Parts: sequence; structure tokens; C-alpha cells
Amino acid sequence: MDGTPVGRRVFLGLLGVGAAGIVLGSNVQRWLEREVGPYLAKDGTGLSGLLPIGRFRIYSVAGSMPHRGHDEYRLHVSGLVDQPLTLTYRDIRAMTPTGLTRDFQCVTGWRVFAVKWKGVRLADVLDRAGVQAGAKALRFKSFDGTYTESLTLKQARRQDVLVAYELEGEELSDAHGGPVRLYIAPMYGYKSIKWLDRIEVTDAVVPGYWEERGYDVDAWVGRSNNRDDNAP
Amino acid sequence: MIPRFDRVERVAHWTTAALFGVLMLTGAVLYAGPFSAMFGRRELFRQVHVYAGILLPLPVLLGAAGRWGAQLRSDAGRINRWTRDDARWFRRRNRARPGRVDVGKFNAGQKLNASFFAGAVVVMLATGLMLRWPNPFSNDLRTGATFVHDWFAFGIWMAVLGHIYFAIRDPVALGGMTRGTVTPYWARTERPAWYREMTGEQSERLEGRTPR
Repeated sequence: MDGTPVGRRVFLGLLGVGAAGIVLGSNVQRWLEREVGPYLAKDGTGLSGLLPIGRFRIYSVAGSMPHRGHDEYRLHVSGLVDQPLTLTYRDIRAMTPTGLTRDFQCVTGWRVFAVKWKGVRLADVLDRAGVQAGAKALRFKSFDGTYTESLTLKQARRQDVLVAYELEGEELSDAHGGPVRLYIAPMYGYKSIKWLDRIEVTDAVVPGYWEERGYDVDAWVGRSNNRDDNAP
Repeated sequence: MIPRFDRVERVAHWTTAALFGVLMLTGAVLYAGPFSAMFGRRELFRQVHVYAGILLPLPVLLGAAGRWGAQLRSDAGRINRWTRDDARWFRRRNRARPGRVDVGKFNAGQKLNASFFAGAVVVMLATGLMLRWPNPFSNDLRTGATFVHDWFAFGIWMAVLGHIYFAIRDPVALGGMTRGTVTPYWARTERPAWYREMTGEQSERLEGRTPR
């Protein structure tokens, strides 16, 4: 056949671009968020929110977006505790706040750099209820009716594990898991359960929603789900 | 009427188109916050998206395999090969005088479109598999795969919308992919070199002066 095989070149060129993007993508992403992100933040139309720059992806496993207002919200703490608690939004707000600024890393790859969180330490909530001897783990339930998560007691007592109510200086929206969610800084995003409804103190770890579907229970960023390099 | 695409090509095209539709819509639900929020059921959409993605290359590959795939293979060869007329086609300003360019079965736009989709499908499949089964890959590679999957998805949306726009603007060409045939008039004016090939008519080659 005569002619130049331009079609093949386009095809192979795209594969090259794709491969380069896989290798360099996280650097390009970081650059885009530093250089372009600030301009997108000023865009009033909201259309730029669709671009894959500096954005959270909203993952919900339930049938509809859960909603609970501040007044009707309750956080239940039960199980192996001295005193089961039912905390209102106001109760949680009244506790000593803690701020954290960390990258948010999803196990599937997307990452949002330097996210500002505010909430109370999960350890403080546990102390308030009084954890009994023999307790080993926590089981979390979401008021979406489906999602569950787990932590060992030792993990839960870390300083960088929050019961969070603010994201980037604003009250948590429904999409981001408001009014109250968990934020577990050293672990992949699926551990940070949204729409936190209930904390049960148990004597053993019960795997959560995605963990029953193949993800690791101990989800350290960079040291789980088959990884052993260090967290970014 | 002049036969343009045989049954195998048409089935391959429309099956692929249907899978594209499923992937683009489920992809939008998985990707865009407002849609994710509206529909929820992430696990269901994820499963549909993953299976549709894995099936995506099959219609064309099966269509091209075996004896029934002769015309599909031959058309793929035509799409691959570019001549001077393709360069002229891109440079020309006046669509109303298509005779200036001696276009074969496919014009340069169609060739570029098909090659783009072939490459994009492979890239989307590879990065998609990395996102679905991320365990062997470092966080940086996962972020890279997400980056590529996202931006290629934008490109694919543009290309598909453009593809549909051009198809609607040219109903005879669209008929080539639905009924399988086109009118002789269309072939003679829009695809003169192919028209001569199909009819054996020795009409004078429409010599292309390069438009300035």
C-alpha cells in the first residue's frame, strides 16, 4: 500500500503520551495544582470543579447522598465502654479542637495535596466514654446505612486520627461526609469513614466495607495494599 | 447504492459505540461529584464501568479476526496510510469544493479520529486496569494513571461529541454506517478516489491544486 503510516504513528504516539503520563503524572499534577489551582479556586462558575485538578472525588456506596443537619446529628459511642455516649454536634464542637494539614491519598491513585482538617482527637472521644479492659478494636458505622470501617485501638489512639468537622476552614458538606466524619491521616482515604454515625468498641477487628471487597484492613499509605515504600 | 461498510464492520462499530456510551455515562457518575452524589451506588457503577471497559476492545478485535474480518482489516489499512491528499484535505479552506482533494474511502479527519480512538482505548484500558487492580503499583504511578485516565477521558468526550456532530451533519455518511450503503452522488463528490475504485469509472482524477 502506498502512503505514510501516519495512523500507526498517531496510535503509537498516544501510547507514548499515556506511558509518559503514568510515570510523570504525579509530578505534573503537583505542578498543575501549584500553578493552576489558585486560579481555579477563583472561578465562580464552578465548572472548573470538573477538571481533575485539586479536587476530591466524591465516593458514596449508598443509594443516595446522606444528609443530616447539625441539630439532628448524633454520634453514638457504644460497646466495651464504661459509659455509652450520645454526642451532639455541639458537644463535639465544645471539645478541644485539633488541626491537621496533610495530603489526602486515595488507594486508587488520586491525591489532593495539603488538605486542612479540623476536628477532635478520636482518642479524646474514647477517653470520655472510658474504654474497658479487653477492648481491642473499633467498628465504625456510617449513617448512609451501608458503609463500615475498622481500626485497632492502638491505631485509633494516634494523634493524627480525628473525628473531623471542618475541611479547608469550612464546615463539612454532605458530599465530604458532613457533618462529622473520621479523618485518619496516615491511611488511605477509604479508612476515613464519612457520615460517622456510630463507634462500637469491640474485642476484635471486624473488616469494613471495602476490606470485605479486597482492600487491606491496615491501610497505611505506602505500606499496605501490596506496597512497602514510605508514605509521601 | 454503493456498499460502504459490511455487516461485520457495522456490528463492531455499534457494539463499540454502545460500550463507549456506557463507559462515558458510568465514568461521569464515578468522576463528577454532583453525579456521584445524585446516584450513589458506587460499587454498582464501578462494576459496570470495569466490565464494559474490559469488553471494549473485543468487538473490533473479533470483527477483524477470521475470514469475516477481511473488509474491516482492509479499512484499517486504509486508515493507517496517509497520502498527499490527506495533507491537502487538512489545509483546504473551502469545504464547498471537495473536488479539489482526491479523497479515498476515508478523509483525513476520519483517519485521525479512528487512530485517536484506537490509541485512546489502549491507554484507557491500561490505566483503567491499574486503577482497578492497583496493588503492584507505587502511589506515584497510581496518581499518574489517574491523571492519564482523567485527561484522556476529557479528550474522548470531545472526540465522541465531535464524531456525532459530524455524523449528524452528513446523513448520507451516517447511512453508510447504519444501512451500509451510500448514494453514488455522495461517493462521487465526497470520496472521488474511492468512487472510481468501486465503480471502475475512469472519470478524470480530480487534480488537487493545493489551496493557498
